[in-house]
Amino acid sequence: MKFKKKQKSEILEGDLTPMIDMTFQLIAFFMLLINFSKVDRAEEITLPVSELAVPPDGSLEYKMILNLEPGGNVIFAGQRIQNIDVMGPILNQEIANAERENVAAADVAVIIRSHADAQTGLVQKLISKCQDSELESFVLRVNDRESK
Amino acid sequence: MKIETEEPEEIEVNMTAMIDIVFQLLIFFIMTFNVAPQEGDFTIKMPLASQPSDEIPLDEPPEIIRIALRSGDEGKISTINVDDDVEAQTFGPSETMFGDLTNYIEEKLAADGDPESEIETEVEFDIDYELRYSFTVKAIEAVSGKIVDGKIKKLIGNIKFKNNSNGG
Repeated sequence: MKFKKKQKSEILEGDLTPMIDMTFQLIAFFMLLINFSKVDRAEEITLPVSELAVPPDGSLEYKMILNLEPGGNVIFAGQRIQNIDVMGPILNQEIANAERENVAAADVAVIIRSHADAQTGLVQKLISKCQDSELESFVLRVNDRESK
Repeated sequence: MKIETEEPEEIEVNMTAMIDIVFQLLIFFIMTFNVAPQEGDFTIKMPLASQPSDEIPLDEPPEIIRIALRSGDEGKISTINVDDDVEAQTFGPSETMFGDLTNYIEEKLAADGDPESEIETEVEFDIDYELRYSFTVKAIEAVSGKIVDGKIKKLIGNIKFKNNSNGG
C-alpha cells in the first residue's frame, strides 16, 4: 500500500493593490459629489413634475428658497414656520441681509418649492406675503420630467 | 582597514489599519450619498402694483388672456375658462383639457401674432384656492410651450397670478 505524502498547502497571496486604488477612487468620487446642505431643499416635499421647466439659473445674485408643505407650513433655512402670516419679520431679515450685499429687494429671487398636493391658494398667500415685503421676482420650482 | 557594509533593513509598514479606515470612510460616504432629481424653474413676475414701472411703456398695453382654473372635489381640476376679451372658451373636465388649452393658446398666438408687433401677450391666472398645486403647474406648462419633435416651442413667457390668497 503506497501512501502519498500530503503536500503542504500553499498560501496564495493575492495582490490587493488595485483594490485599494479603486477604493481611493471611490472615496474621491463621493467626496467631490456629496452635499451635506439639506437646508435648501426639504426632502419631504414632493414637487410637481414638468418637462418644460427651465434648468435653474445659476447666475441669480441672491436667492431665498421657501419650501411649502401641504399643511401650510413653510420650511426656510432649516426652520419650520407654522403660519405664513408670521413670516413678515423673517422675510424682512432676509431682505436686510440681501441689502448688505447690495442686492435690492426687487432683485431677490424667491424660489418656491411647493408640494404637489398643496393648495394653490397657499402658494398665492405666500407670494402675497412676500410682496408685502417688496419682493417681486418669483420662481416656481418643479421636478424635471426627464429625470423621472 | 575593514569596512563593514550592512545591508539596509527592509522596513515593512503594516497597512492593514489604513485599509480599514479607508473602507470605513467609503461606507460612510455611500450611506450619506443622496441622488437628487433634477429640478427646473418657471419664472413669474409679480411687480408691486403701487410702484410705477421704470420701463418705458409700450405704445400699446399687453394683450391679456385670462385663464380661470376652477376646482372640483378634493382639489382636482374641474374646468378651465379662457377669456381674452374677444372670445371666451371653456374646457371641461377631460384627459385632454390641458392639451386643448395649449392648442388654443397656440392658435391664438398664430392668429394675432405679428413678429414686428411690440404687443406682448401675457396670461393672468385666476385660480381657486382649493385647487391642488400640481394642476396649477400643468396649466402653467400648457401656456408656456409645447414639445415639438423633441424641441421646446415657446408660447407665452409672461405669466402672472390674480391674488386669490384670501379664499382659504
